[in-house]
Amino acid sequence: MINNNKTLNEIQSNRSTVIVDSDVELNANIDDKYKRTTVPDIPNLSESTLLRHYTNLSRKNYALSTTMYPLGSCTMKHNPLVNEKIAKFDGFSTIHPYQDEESMQGSLEIMYELQKDLCEISGMDYFTLQPAAGAHGEYTGLLIIAQYFKNKNEKRTKIIVPDSAHGTNPASAALSGFEIISLKSDENGIVSPEKLKEVLNSDVAAMMMTNPNTLGVFEKNIEEISKLIHDNGSLLYYDGANLNAVMGIIRPADIGFDVMHINLHKTFSTPHGGGGPGSGPVGVKAFLKECLPSPVVVKENEKFKLYFNNKDKSIGTMKAFYGNFPVILKACAYIKSLGGEGLTEASKQAVINANYILSKLKHKVKIPAGNSCMHEFAMSLKGVLGNDIKTLDVAKRLLDNGYYAPTIYFPLIVEEAMMIEPTETESKQTLDEFTDTLLNIIEESNTNPEVVHNAPVNTSVKRLNEVEAARKPKLHW
Amino acid sequence: MNYIPVSDKDKKEMFESIGVKDTQELLSLQIPETLRVKKLNLDKGMSEQELISLFKKYAHKNKSNLACFRGAGIYDHFVPSIVDEIIGRSEFWTAYTPYQAEASQGTLQAIFEYQSVMCELTGMECSNASMYDGATAVAEAILLAIRASRKNKVIISNALNPEYISVVETYTKNLNIEIVKIDVDSKTGALNKDALNNVLDEKVAAVVVQSPNFFGTVEDMQELSKASKDKKALFVAVVNPVSLGLLKTPGEYGADIAVGEGQVFGNQMYLGGSTFGFMVVTKALEWKMPGRIVGQTVDKDGKRGFVLTLQSREQHIRREKATSNICTNAALNSFAACVYAAYLGSQGIKELAETNISKTRYAFEKIKNIKGFVPLFENSVFFNEFVFKTDKNIDKINEELMKENILGPLDLGKTDAKYKNCIMFAVTEKRTKQEIDKLAEILTRV
Amino acid sequence: MNTPNNLCYAKTHEWARKEGNKVYVGITDHAQHEITDIVHVELPEVGKKFDKEQPCAVVESVKSAFDIYCPVSGTIVEVNEELLSAPELINQDPYGKGYFFVLEISNEEDFKSLMNAEQYTKSIEG
Repeated sequence: MINNNKTLNEIQSNRSTVIVDSDVELNANIDDKYKRTTVPDIPNLSESTLLRHYTNLSRKNYALSTTMYPLGSCTMKHNPLVNEKIAKFDGFSTIHPYQDEESMQGSLEIMYELQKDLCEISGMDYFTLQPAAGAHGEYTGLLIIAQYFKNKNEKRTKIIVPDSAHGTNPASAALSGFEIISLKSDENGIVSPEKLKEVLNSDVAAMMMTNPNTLGVFEKNIEEISKLIHDNGSLLYYDGANLNAVMGIIRPADIGFDVMHINLHKTFSTPHGGGGPGSGPVGVKAFLKECLPSPVVVKENEKFKLYFNNKDKSIGTMKAFYGNFPVILKACAYIKSLGGEGLTEASKQAVINANYILSKLKHKVKIPAGNSCMHEFAMSLKGVLGNDIKTLDVAKRLLDNGYYAPTIYFPLIVEEAMMIEPTETESKQTLDEFTDTLLNIIEESNTNPEVVHNAPVNTSVKRLNEVEAARKPKLHW
Repeated sequence: MNYIPVSDKDKKEMFESIGVKDTQELLSLQIPETLRVKKLNLDKGMSEQELISLFKKYAHKNKSNLACFRGAGIYDHFVPSIVDEIIGRSEFWTAYTPYQAEASQGTLQAIFEYQSVMCELTGMECSNASMYDGATAVAEAILLAIRASRKNKVIISNALNPEYISVVETYTKNLNIEIVKIDVDSKTGALNKDALNNVLDEKVAAVVVQSPNFFGTVEDMQELSKASKDKKALFVAVVNPVSLGLLKTPGEYGADIAVGEGQVFGNQMYLGGSTFGFMVVTKALEWKMPGRIVGQTVDKDGKRGFVLTLQSREQHIRREKATSNICTNAALNSFAACVYAAYLGSQGIKELAETNISKTRYAFEKIKNIKGFVPLFENSVFFNEFVFKTDKNIDKINEELMKENILGPLDLGKTDAKYKNCIMFAVTEKRTKQEIDKLAEILTRV
Repeated sequence: MNTPNNLCYAKTHEWARKEGNKVYVGITDHAQHEITDIVHVELPEVGKKFDKEQPCAVVESVKSAFDIYCPVSGTIVEVNEELLSAPELINQDPYGKGYFFVLEISNEEDFKSLMNAEQYTKSIEG
């Protein structure tokens, strides 16, 4: 690997031509009190220099386009190329958000179509596409719940969050002004209706659930849980992070959920972009419609319009304008290309792939939630590895073998956890090779622990000192 | 179409290994039959070719590639080819959040460079890896100021972008935070120090001012920052990166937090949906900042590398006590901004700002000379945008402009009765002299 | 594990050392060992009052964060600002340079519910 380790500022300026041409006379004098006096330390580099710099950088990344990315709870499935291509049409990229509705009918129609399709997939009645990410969707959903009770003049201050939940759940609830009740999972890692009864009271606004949960197990008591929650006058929130397990199999609204978010960058194949942008549409049942943020897209007399909810009843707006449009477009295209049958097939294959890996590993590792799963599973490597090798070491050794590592040390309720989500877009050969590699590493922990301890060595850097990075932060050049 | 690389033969072998005869049996191990849905009522799938035709049809229903004189938060700047080339590399766009540092040095160094560029541009000490957009960045800046100061009252300028104000209201309404708004001077379009001092006291956590403000007017940030600090309030600057090639930086006037919308750097308009927010702070606030942060460190051989750092602030560790719930951000959009800034360099960034203000001034002078158009503010210093009052029919103006593929000024009266008959123009470096002249010609004859 | 005899201990792993009406507070050697490399602390404001067992500070490692609870009720009169730039002092010298803050005690009785070294040692072994 070419190891160009310079940061941008270490490359010497090699350009002195004008880069922004003006066809009007420059007239840029301003009063000194407004004027910048310092010069930013950003070198002036040629296009060719920059192209090399960034192309070399790109080669230091593992990505879906280079390897399997079995990250539990992240649904790293193939990002179809056609969706990238159509998102680049200048018929979409050059539209200003404040154009008249008449002049952006195509973009509005795409949003309308996605709202409609997400309703069908989830069983919900209305969707907003405004939230920019999953956590932003959770936050939106919780504000909707708060607004609903406010509109009813009912004071409810608490949200129940199972201890297996993603960290964003309690964080979003706190940001929405709620107190959090953490609910312990039962010995099988699922929510127990008995334990739920102990914490339910008139303060509870809602409970958040991920189903299948973060262990990859379907919460089979969901009907009973839903009844308990609703008899208590509370609402049930669905964290859609794991929706890839159940498209065309169950619909959250049908099994008792009132509000949910969907991660388009997980279930609906839009790329993660190294951390974003995402999109976290929120769906609600009809009785929550007026609480949705504004605007949503509606269809009137064959025209698409932006509809603004009554300001006093709605939560307001979650971000400027209408949502992360290119992400919305790619998700819409994905749904259109797969159709209902294709989506169902995708979920089913995701479940088969996960169970296939599980079937090949279950004799070697501990699976806390039993011998079957939905689209992902969590396993514990405690007691499985020799010579004080930890799950972290196994993850690093996987990097040496060319795989991105699964999610580790999550969910928090599993000791030495490793969480594998293969998705439906990996072939059997890849799954076989990955599983063999993992079993080999477990073997290596006994036979050749040093290579596991020292891993990775095949990456552009070896293990990094995170303690010093945090103690003496160096956050810019 | 589907993207499943598993043959029927493969599937059969997989079922055997799992020990079930088919999918039905496999699913029944997890999900009670009574909960299952029959089928999804969606259209049949499409081929790649059909999909492209469909989306071409949607694209044609939009009026695109207009000569854009509308701004108000999203601006039509030119995006050089290198930006698309770099962020279009699949090693970047198909990667995940760089949790496994050793396998993500490309993304991590790119974020480190982005943070550095933002610090250089704003004169501040610490940047995070990005927020969703300018509006949410302002809201998060307010929450940060509240956390850091342990006070709960915030003064915001009423000349913040109205979309930002709306999001701030949503973010703060359940959290016992008092928001006080102050108006700009109706003559100058800028805030005046006395108006601020009237409401400022030591109970105030932060003062939030945008410059150039919503109307395009450049504020006297030095003076407003000093007034805030005199009362021990944090000063939050909402800034436009393009303007910083010319205007005094948040670092120079002593802001504690600077935030803003980053779309203007290297991102197309996309209906306002290809955005990122930036946040930069002083060293004193780094541990209180929301969002991901990348830091430089060394590997066990002493070689330089980059990691996500200060992570114990974040939701995946701190849960309900985290500094924010943000997880996914807008990494690829902020990366586009980094490549854009790198392409311009310090020299190009200065030229960009100078060209923007020059063309804006050129357009302003042209319109000022047309009968029926009067500048709303006197002696105002403006950057990309300016406001005129007109007695002409605004809808008619925009209709005529649209006939010539020009997206005309924003009618401010439609959302705020106070600005009836007021129109706001945006001019960037991308507008040619010819387009500006054409605009003036149409405004003259309507 | 080092557990000095002259200190009092809370079950949440803080130690307290009385000097007149002032009390020095930090975390135990056992706690710093369990937390591993400490990278950051959040300290309370001087002048703020805390009740016994109220969370008053935070200590953070790379991948975790822990609340520190006030072992006795009182008002913060001094915080150890050196920790802000050198949090490793807590790992290196938990009972000395790694102290967190000094309280002015408001209720002498609070000390009665704290453990002595022997009791604390027993509690962490059990």
